[in-house]
Amino acid sequence: MGAITHYFKSLMLKELLVGLSLTGRYFFRPKYTLRYPEEKAPKSNRFRGLHALRRYPNGEERCIACKLCEAVCPALAITIDSEQRADGTRRTTRYEIDLFKCIFCGFCEESCPVDSIVETDISEYHFETRGENVVGKQQLLAIGDRFEKQIAAARALDAPYR
Amino acid sequence: MNYESYLFLALATLLVIAAGAVVTLRNPVHAAMSLVLTFFTSAMLWILLRAEFLGITLVLVYVGAVMVLFLFVVMMLDINVVPLREGFARYLPVGLLVAGIMAAQMVAVLGGHHFGLERYTAPPAVIEGSNTAALGQLLYTGYVYPFEIAAVILLVAIVAAIALTHRRREGVKLQDPGKQTMVRKADRLRVVKMPSDTREGHGA
Amino acid sequence: MDDLLLLAWTLAKILLIAVPLIVAVAFFTLAERKVIGWMQVRLGPTEIGPLALAQPFADTAKMLFKELVMPRNADRFLYILAPLLTLAPAFAAWAVIPFDQGVALSQIDAGLLYLLAMTSLGVYGVILAGWASNSKYAFLGAMRSAAQIVSYEIAMGFALVCVIVASGSLNIEKIVLAQAGNAGFFEWFWLPLLPMFVVYFISGVAETNRAPFDVAEGESEIVAGFHVEYSGAAFAVFFLAEYANMILISLLAAIMFLGGWLSPFQGWIGGFLGEPSFLWLFAKASIFAFCYLWFRATFPRYRYDQIMRLGWKVFIPITIVWVAVIAVLIVAKVVERGV
Repeated sequence: MGAITHYFKSLMLKELLVGLSLTGRYFFRPKYTLRYPEEKAPKSNRFRGLHALRRYPNGEERCIACKLCEAVCPALAITIDSEQRADGTRRTTRYEIDLFKCIFCGFCEESCPVDSIVETDISEYHFETRGENVVGKQQLLAIGDRFEKQIAAARALDAPYR
Repeated sequence: MNYESYLFLALATLLVIAAGAVVTLRNPVHAAMSLVLTFFTSAMLWILLRAEFLGITLVLVYVGAVMVLFLFVVMMLDINVVPLREGFARYLPVGLLVAGIMAAQMVAVLGGHHFGLERYTAPPAVIEGSNTAALGQLLYTGYVYPFEIAAVILLVAIVAAIALTHRRREGVKLQDPGKQTMVRKADRLRVVKMPSDTREGHGA
Repeated sequence: MDDLLLLAWTLAKILLIAVPLIVAVAFFTLAERKVIGWMQVRLGPTEIGPLALAQPFADTAKMLFKELVMPRNADRFLYILAPLLTLAPAFAAWAVIPFDQGVALSQIDAGLLYLLAMTSLGVYGVILAGWASNSKYAFLGAMRSAAQIVSYEIAMGFALVCVIVASGSLNIEKIVLAQAGNAGFFEWFWLPLLPMFVVYFISGVAETNRAPFDVAEGESEIVAGFHVEYSGAAFAVFFLAEYANMILISLLAAIMFLGGWLSPFQGWIGGFLGEPSFLWLFAKASIFAFCYLWFRATFPRYRYDQIMRLGWKVFIPITIVWVAVIAVLIVAKVVERGV
C-alpha cells in the first residue's frame, strides 16, 4: 500500500511542487541585501578596525613604549623601538603595525596601560603599493588626531562594561 | 536560367564537393562532418524538388540521429592516420574493380537507352497542397504491407540489439534510485529504549 | 527582379524576427539573474541603468571586447565553426513559428517536422565544440550533453506525435486553430494531453541543458562543460543560442498545449480579452520562460544516470502509452479531433 501511494506521489511530482512553492513564496519575501556603499549595517562601538595612536588633551602622545602590546600581539604584527627623550621620559622612535599580519583581535588595545593604541571603527581603507600595509608611528598618530572625537565617544559608551 | 536553376547548380556543386571530401579527408571527424554536409545539401535538393517531407525527414533521421551516433563513435576512437594508409596499395585492385562496376551500372541506368526518363510516364509530379498527407495516404493504403513489414524488421533489430548487449553482470555495485527513494525512516532507524540513570548524585 | 524583391522582403522579415529575439535573449538573462536573486532573498543586479535595465548591454559589451583565446592544439576550423553550428539551427527554427494567424516567416505543411529537425541539429555545435577544444573537460561535457539531447529528443518527439494525432496536422498554424473553440482554455490540448504537456516541457528543459538537467556544465565536476575553452564573443554565441532555444521551447509549449495566440476566455467574454492576439502567445510563453528560471532556483542538479533513467525508462514509455491512449480517445470520439 505504501509503495502504491509513494508511486502515485512521485508520478504526480508532489515533492517537486512542494519545492517550487517554497521558492515561489521566497520570491515575494522582502530581501536581505544591503546596497553596501549607500546602505551600511550598524556597527558596534566595540568594532575593531584600523588602529590609531591617541594623545593626551595637551598634545603629548600617550604611548610610553612599555612594549606590552608588542609582547601580547599573537600575530607579531607590532614592532617598537624606544629611547629616552631630553626631558627624561621614555618614548617610541618607531611604532609599526603590519596590517597584513594583524588579525584585529584587540589584545593590544586591552593590554595598553595608557589607552594609547586603540582600534577605531574604520573598516574601509586600501593600499595602493606594496609596503603601505606597514603603518608607521606618524600615520597612526595622524589617524588618532583625525578621529579622536569618534574614538573618545566609543570608549565612553563602553566604559561601564570595562 | 532562373532562380531555381542557379540554386540547384550551387547546391549540386556543394554536394559533389562535400561527397568528395568525405572520402579524401584524412581526419575522420572532418570526414564525418562532410558527410553531414552531404546529407544536408541533398535534403535541400529534395526540398527544391518539392519533396519537403522527405527532405526534412532526411535531416531529422540521418543528420539529427544517425550521424550524431556516428560522430560519437569516431570521436571516441584514437585513430592513427599512418596505419590507415598502409593498406592503400593492397586494396587498390579490388577498389578499382568495385568502382568500375558501379560506374558501368550508373552508365547503364542513366544512359537513357533502357531506363531513360522518356520511357516512363512522368509521376503526377507536384501534388497540390500537402505532400505529407499524400505520402501518408499512400503508405497506409497501397503500401501498407511493405510498410508494416519494414517496421517489424526494425523492431526485431532493436530487440536483437538489446538482447545481444544486455547482460546481467555480477558484483556491480549499482544503485537503484527507485529503491533509494522508497526508503522510509522505519527501514533504517531503530530507536533503542535504555533505562535512564537514576543513581544518587547524578542529574540536576 | 521579382526574385530579388522576394529575397529582400524575406530578409527584412528574418531581421524582424531575429533582432527582437536577440533583444529578448538579452533581457532574459537579466530576468534570470533577477528572478533567481529574488528567490534566494537577494536583489540581483541593481546598478547599471534604471532598474538595471542596461545590465544586459553592459554584459554584451564586456563579452565582445574580451580576448578570444584559442587552445594551442585545438582544431582551428571546427573550433570556430562550432559556435556557429549551435547558433544557426537555434535561429533557423524560428522560421516556422506563427506569432498570430497568418503571421509567420514560412508556413510549411511539415512545420513541426522542420522544427524537430532543426532542434536536433543543435547538438552538432555542442559535440564539435567539445571535440575541437582538445580538452578533456570540454570533451566530457560534450559527450554528456550530446547523449542527453539525443535521448530526450525521442520523448519530445513522441509528445509532439500526440499533438499531431490530436490536431491532425503537421502545420503549426493548423495545430493552434485545432485548439480553438467556445470553451476557452478547456479546448486547448493541455487537458487531453496533460501527461504529454508535462513530459514535453521537462524534456524541453533537458534538451536545452538547463537546470536541473545541466550536467553538461556541472561546475563541480567538469568546470563548464563543452564551452570551457571558449571566451569572449565565441562564448557569447553559445550563450545566445542556449537562451534562444529556451525561448523557443517556451513558445512551442505555449503553441502546442496552451492554444498559441488564442484567448483563454474565448467564447465566454467578448471584447479585447476574448479576442485572439499575439499578446496572448507572448504572455503564455513568458510563463514557461519563468518556469525555466523557477526550476533553476529550486532543484538541485540530477545525477547523470538518473537523467538517463528518467528519459529512457520513464518518459519514453509514458509517451508511447499516451500515443495509444489519445488515438483511442479520438477514435471513440471522446476527444474531438481538430481541423
